[in-house]
Amino acid sequence: MAKLVGGICTSHIPAIGNAIARGLEHDPYWQPFFAGYPPVRDWLERTKPDVAVVVYNDHGLNFFLDNLPTFAIGAAPEYHNADEGWGLPTLAPYPGDPQFSWHIIESLVAEEFDVATCQEMKVDHAFTVPHALLWPGHRRPVKSVPVAVNTVQHPLPTAARCLKLGHALGRAIASYPENARVVVIATGGLSHQLDGERAGFINKEFDLMCLEQLVSHPLALTRYSIHDLVRLAGTQGVEVIMWLVMRGAMAARVREVHRHYHIPVSNTAAGLLLLENAA
Amino acid sequence: MATARATIDEIPGTYIFDGALATKGYALNKMCYSFNDAANRAEFKRDEDAYCAKFGLSAEQREAIRKRDVLALLAAGGNVYYLAKFTGIFGLGVQDIGAQQTGMSLAAFKDKLKGAAN
Repeated sequence: MAKLVGGICTSHIPAIGNAIARGLEHDPYWQPFFAGYPPVRDWLERTKPDVAVVVYNDHGLNFFLDNLPTFAIGAAPEYHNADEGWGLPTLAPYPGDPQFSWHIIESLVAEEFDVATCQEMKVDHAFTVPHALLWPGHRRPVKSVPVAVNTVQHPLPTAARCLKLGHALGRAIASYPENARVVVIATGGLSHQLDGERAGFINKEFDLMCLEQLVSHPLALTRYSIHDLVRLAGTQGVEVIMWLVMRGAMAARVREVHRHYHIPVSNTAAGLLLLENAA
Repeated sequence: MATARATIDEIPGTYIFDGALATKGYALNKMCYSFNDAANRAEFKRDEDAYCAKFGLSAEQREAIRKRDVLALLAAGGNVYYLAKFTGIFGLGVQDIGAQQTGMSLAAFKDKLKGAAN
């Protein structure tokens, strides 16, 4: 049977991809951010997951407003990165796991999550930057199942809905009959706002509360509406709803293995969290 | 939609990209989405007027594109994820447009972000 070995949340800011491409990890601006990642890389080396379910949001690479699903799951043999328009280098494809993808899709739809299914799916920086942070050096040691969540076009799925999707995802993983070792990775956040006169908004107090509650009491975060999250975390800070999908897939009780928080990376408060299910 | 909006508080300096804005901004966002393709970016640079006409931009949108004015583009229904592909043509990243939208210098905008750590 498949085993969920852990859950990781990480920010996915495009500037990180540029910093990696330019070898700036030890630059004074970047060092305090990248310093958060070695413990998670070491954990991945020890734990050796072979599949990653990656919960992320597309920023207008694969999906446009002509056809924008709330939840979309990849079921492709591989996932291609492509030009996003502003200069990030295009990276080599990522292997998929269609059999596992279809198991997850069947299980979720049976539980009344009517997801869109994608046999071709381009993955943007929200997928590729976390991969590069967690497995540096262009390695592809895991197969991926991308789960895209709409955070572009309101109405967005609520925090409560995302936590429930996570619960169903956890059951889907647990019911997979193959011997897969699965890590769930959620990307995005924490507080940031790119647009409007309030651009540059960051809310450290709210972020730290979210990190605390994600570990111990994720249900408490479902009391926030999307509008509340925009107000408290910024227009793009709503990406924390994807972290709730990851948390929902984990057991009710978890052990926090690692946490890191750094302000700023570009316009964003960067967060990192690694959880294991409690014994 | 006006009724629904009246029931929630406005967040100062913040645009919720809802159905109304997405409807208003569809042509603009569609043009900006096309800038994922380098050939389209080159075509825009060759003849900006023709490229905007091809996508049927409104006069308000055309003027905001001409001025590279992000706040005006947002008001015209632009979504920042697509607009970033437009500003990227001129080498402007999210910190540059953050400075533009807040009326700050780039250095002052970066300092403000660093200050959020305290």
